[in-house]
Amino acid sequence: MVKNVIKMVDIDKRFPGVHALKDCSFELNKGEVHALIGENGAGKSTLMKILTGVYDKNGGAIYYKGKEVEINSPKAAQELGISIIHQELNLMPDLTVAENIYIGREPMRFKGIFCDSLLQNKMAKELLDNMNVKIEPTVKVEQLTVAQQQMIEIAKALSFNSEVLIMDEPTAALTESEIDELFRIIQELKAKGVGIVYISHRMEELKKICDRVTVMRDGEYVGMKNMNEVTIDEIIKMMVGREIYEGVHDLERHQNHEVVLEVKHLTSGKKVKDVSFQLRKGEILGFAGLMGAGRTEVARCLFGADPKDSGEIYINGQKVHIRSPKDAVANGIGYLSEDRKRYGLVLGLDVNTNIAMATMPKFSNRLGFLKEDQEKVNATKYIDTLSIKTPSGKQLVQNLSGGNQQKVVIGKWLTRNCDILIFDEPTRGIDVGAKSEIYKLLNELADQGMSIIMISSELPEVLRMSHRIMVMCEGKITGELSRNIATQERIMTCATDRTA
Amino acid sequence: MEHIIADISTTKKKNLFKSGAAQKLLALGALVLLILFFTLASPVFMTSSNLISILLATAVNGVLAVGVTFVIITGGIDLSIGTGMTFASVMTGVAITFLGLPIFVGVFVGILTGAFIGFINGINVAKLKIPAFIATLGMMMITKGLSLVISGAKPIYFMDTPEFANISKATVLGIPSGVIIFFLAAVLAHIILNKTIIGRFNFAIGSNLQATRLSGINTERWLIIIHSLTGAFVGLAGVLMAARLNSAQPALGQGYELDAIAAVVIGGTSLSGGKGTISGTVIGAFIMSVLLNGLRIMSVPQEWQTVLTGVIVIVAVFVDIYRRNKQSI
Repeated sequence: MVKNVIKMVDIDKRFPGVHALKDCSFELNKGEVHALIGENGAGKSTLMKILTGVYDKNGGAIYYKGKEVEINSPKAAQELGISIIHQELNLMPDLTVAENIYIGREPMRFKGIFCDSLLQNKMAKELLDNMNVKIEPTVKVEQLTVAQQQMIEIAKALSFNSEVLIMDEPTAALTESEIDELFRIIQELKAKGVGIVYISHRMEELKKICDRVTVMRDGEYVGMKNMNEVTIDEIIKMMVGREIYEGVHDLERHQNHEVVLEVKHLTSGKKVKDVSFQLRKGEILGFAGLMGAGRTEVARCLFGADPKDSGEIYINGQKVHIRSPKDAVANGIGYLSEDRKRYGLVLGLDVNTNIAMATMPKFSNRLGFLKEDQEKVNATKYIDTLSIKTPSGKQLVQNLSGGNQQKVVIGKWLTRNCDILIFDEPTRGIDVGAKSEIYKLLNELADQGMSIIMISSELPEVLRMSHRIMVMCEGKITGELSRNIATQERIMTCATDRTA
Repeated sequence: MEHIIADISTTKKKNLFKSGAAQKLLALGALVLLILFFTLASPVFMTSSNLISILLATAVNGVLAVGVTFVIITGGIDLSIGTGMTFASVMTGVAITFLGLPIFVGVFVGILTGAFIGFINGINVAKLKIPAFIATLGMMMITKGLSLVISGAKPIYFMDTPEFANISKATVLGIPSGVIIFFLAAVLAHIILNKTIIGRFNFAIGSNLQATRLSGINTERWLIIIHSLTGAFVGLAGVLMAARLNSAQPALGQGYELDAIAAVVIGGTSLSGGKGTISGTVIGAFIMSVLLNGLRIMSVPQEWQTVLTGVIVIVAVFVDIYRRNKQSI
């Protein structure tokens, strides 16, 4: 009996012009959680795409339970019992839980004419009960939280009798308590002998849940360690191949600086209830809370992206009316969405244009003709100062890495002279190296007198990067903590304070 | 950071392929092949009188196609361009023949009518959030009905102003003026799309409406402007049409929108928005008219011409989608 379910040996993959994987190896044991980590572009997803039959390999061999196999299509992988749960969930919101799990494999009655939805629901129930998850199979997926939807994806994978489960950034959209629930399920799967490949950027998690870790860098296998024999710092060093800037800037306090933004009794629908706060010049104000606490909604409402029902907004002591993003921008507010690709950037256009996007009238003459040379001069300035890694300003934004895309959005608002910046999850989907660069940038912006609202679900990030922390729960502000008294525990207490 | 450099070298290659240049080249190649084929198949095809008639046939559809390219790049659609064109030509007829206004005023009325239809479409789509397909389908019926009502369901002839026909039929160096106007319109559209802020927002809205709005841009207003712009070109097509027929024909027009949209798509403009070129559309318009003309010369029955046009559209879109899919892996 061989111990490992998966063994990938000397995997080689070339794309036209890039050597994406060079002799990479990976192995996974039965009932093991094996972390696969590396910076964006290190080759993790390419390796996993080869394992799941999305890409063909150019060299090397894959062994499944000791036997060499050719996995040349996703279907072949599925039939072997290898399933992947992508970061973006692939569920149909209008269908029920059971329908989603058994899509394309519905149990049939009467010679395959009718779907047997009773049996289907029963099967789904058993599956979910087995996982110890309390979700009704007849509920529509759109009514579930992201965490619950993820459980459904896991259940779906298990319904294929998968013995290998690949999870790509499973906790990216989850809150602390949801993560605990996910970890509980991972433990149960482990006990049942399922091998799990765990891809994540969150170092703290790896320690908690993983048995071994394989590190990749620049398409190469760097090494494999037992989790209990290695520190997080050592892992990071393996990942980036150098010491990284830690980013813990000792932030000076800005208590005496004037208030640039004051929000009074902001209310919008059910998600924002009577929210009041002040933001000072040069301050980084963190917004903490669980998923769905209403932080993003406050930001969108303040930015005019969503309508507000009542409440007042003062900028530099003057009352302002913000009915659309246009009004907000005119008042010097810039918003950096958590979903850069959907809300922050026009991916199909180049860097120059994206940086100019909020300031277009300045870059065109009275007849509407564009001044592309000025656009270029401006963009070049920010490519230099923000050190955006791009071959030229003509590069399409979709080809930049997450960290560099974030910098393009920052450049866009700096071009517009915005001095109040709202960062919603500023480092989501950004790898460790680029993360510390973003932190450095946040510090520099604050030092230059910009005022920053930073919404983050990562508590260490909030604690490290904020002067003051507002905590929200169910649409209300449930706590305000200054930097010197804030701890993870205090924040969590406020974040779960449903009585307020 | 070796991998970053490596990444960039591949993306560069991809871009060249992705930029729509490939589709345009394909379309251009197809056009050349069509011309070669018909030249060999029929002695009549390469005669100057036939070439002129191809050019004339392309002019009206070409201006329509060039106009609707703007709206299609926003990710929208305008089905009212065919009957909108008819309505514009009827209004030109009303201005010149019924009201006896000068010809240049009539031309202006035609273009303005088109722009106004586009403006209403823009309000419906951008402000009232009616899906473009439905909003412009409704406008198609409205303009079709209004054309018949206003003209009394009879053609309006430009009997007192025979010079009006010169807009389409006067020749410069043997080339009909309608064709020259078409080329000028295409050049103008190309400049608007690539050199002005309208074009910039056109692509931005088409690639990502939300991100554009959240950059503080009044996307509703720009959508209305872009629809009006398409409408102005539709109005111009109406004037050309009226001049070519020396009359405003209220019953014509329906079906033209599909030919124009087909030309846009064949030219490589993506129906999902964000990508497209005017030169591609011009090539697409020529493919349509060369094909129809050639088939007619070869005495292929009208019905089969229509069938073949449909096949060409599907093949063109398939080639485009196939190409995109291949890249995305």
